[in-house]
Amino acid sequence: MKRALALYAVAAYAFLHLPLLVLAAFSFNRSRFMRWEGFSLEWYQAAFSNPQLMEGASNSLLIAAIATILSTAIGVLGAYGLWRRRSRFLSASLYLSLLTPEIVTGVSLLVFFQWIFRVLDIRLGMHTVILAHVAFSIAYVVVVILARLQTMDATLLEAALDLGASPSEAFRRVILPVLGPAVAAASLLAFTVSFDDYVITSMVAGVDSETLPMAIYAIARRGSSPVLNAISTLIVAGLGFLTLASERLRRR
Amino acid sequence: MSFERLCRWPAALVMAFLFAAPLGVIAAYSFLTRGAYGGVEHPWTLDNYARLLDPLYGSILLRSFWIAGVATALCLICGFPLAMFIARAGRRKNLYLALVILPFWTSFLIRIYAWMFLLRDTGLVNTILLATGWVREPLPLLYNDGAVILGLVYGYLPFMVLPLYAALERQDNLLLEAAADLGARPLDVFRRVTLPLVAPGIRAGTILVFIPCLGAYLTPDLLGGGRTVMVGNLIQNQFTTARDWPFGSAASLVLMAIGVGLLWSATRKEGADIL
Repeated sequence: MKRALALYAVAAYAFLHLPLLVLAAFSFNRSRFMRWEGFSLEWYQAAFSNPQLMEGASNSLLIAAIATILSTAIGVLGAYGLWRRRSRFLSASLYLSLLTPEIVTGVSLLVFFQWIFRVLDIRLGMHTVILAHVAFSIAYVVVVILARLQTMDATLLEAALDLGASPSEAFRRVILPVLGPAVAAASLLAFTVSFDDYVITSMVAGVDSETLPMAIYAIARRGSSPVLNAISTLIVAGLGFLTLASERLRRR
Repeated sequence: MSFERLCRWPAALVMAFLFAAPLGVIAAYSFLTRGAYGGVEHPWTLDNYARLLDPLYGSILLRSFWIAGVATALCLICGFPLAMFIARAGRRKNLYLALVILPFWTSFLIRIYAWMFLLRDTGLVNTILLATGWVREPLPLLYNDGAVILGLVYGYLPFMVLPLYAALERQDNLLLEAAADLGARPLDVFRRVTLPLVAPGIRAGTILVFIPCLGAYLTPDLLGGGRTVMVGNLIQNQFTTARDWPFGSAASLVLMAIGVGLLWSATRKEGADIL
């Protein structure tokens, strides 16, 4: 029984991890076909000289960086506010936003932006993508921070308040230092979900704001290419590293 | 205003303007008429909801339920032994658990692309099958419902394994031993002791997998091959090529209502700890 379970687990982990490992292995293949013709970095070179991918990458990095800073700041404050006092609207909308299918979030934002544009003369672009990313990543930040606050020793805060600290001082000098690693973890998580998003982004992006996932989608739609394997391997390695870092920080 | 309230303001503003208001706008649009050049027009109507019951669209809704249901069942069947393995792994538990979660955080899009890479006519699986002489022509592995289900199972298996693991972890092993000592066969122990004890985990996992599967867009879009496979594709289509915003809005709201309804009925039984 035990042996069978272990064997099964090996197969299950292979199912979960082999597809990406195979993809990564073939990104180093000299041939563009499914035949191993020797180790080569040429597809990485090709990826770095592909203007569509590089523009997408720089857009994605910029969008993810700004969205991460904003959603982390807003999310950490929001989580603290929620921890101290319940707010039905805020918690309901945060949970609902996690539950809403991405495609629905995407089209609702598209319709909403178009509706506003009838009054204001602006168009879809970088700014709408950033706004959308802030909106959907706040919930992730709040979940991580709230989890940490709930395991925190609440008497610390009471002690600070009893000793005459103002609420904002207590937050800055007692809560924030305790939350430090959790804030870092939450921001890495926000960065990951922002950098990776395709569905919502594709609905609210304009001509100047094609992101890396959008470029990858466009190439994947035409069929696969070793260049895509190379850029995918880089992204998976990068995001995998961030996730591991985030997990480590969260457990501290 | 108190400091705590001030803290909540930015988040509440963002959620009000960039989540609740957009949903409100599509809720309103779902009762309007499609405009001549896209957009919307009066009068108010319930036609958009009625059209969802039209056989053409109703069948897409039914197929979404079918695909999501099969994917969820497969996740349960594949996830249960894995969760059991992790729960009994002793010191290495955390490592094994992390190995289940890790792929989930490494780019959903690329994980789907990896399957396209494997399953294409010229992909690795077909290449191996052709080279070993098992088949003469490449098997049509991609762009069908089977590929979509495979992609969904691959994508959402962690959502099943986590609650199952949590439930199995909590179960008291003495109960299993007691049942065995009292003469129950292993299968009976599983059916009459383990299953009832992990039922809440099964329910949680089923909900957590079924809801995102039902609303899936990217997986059916890429692995299903551009046909309108599921509701998610139908919605996307109404806002891009078909330009029927009111109908797309109605489909979006129905999809959301189903998800919320399922979660609500599940949490009513369990209390809120599913979240």
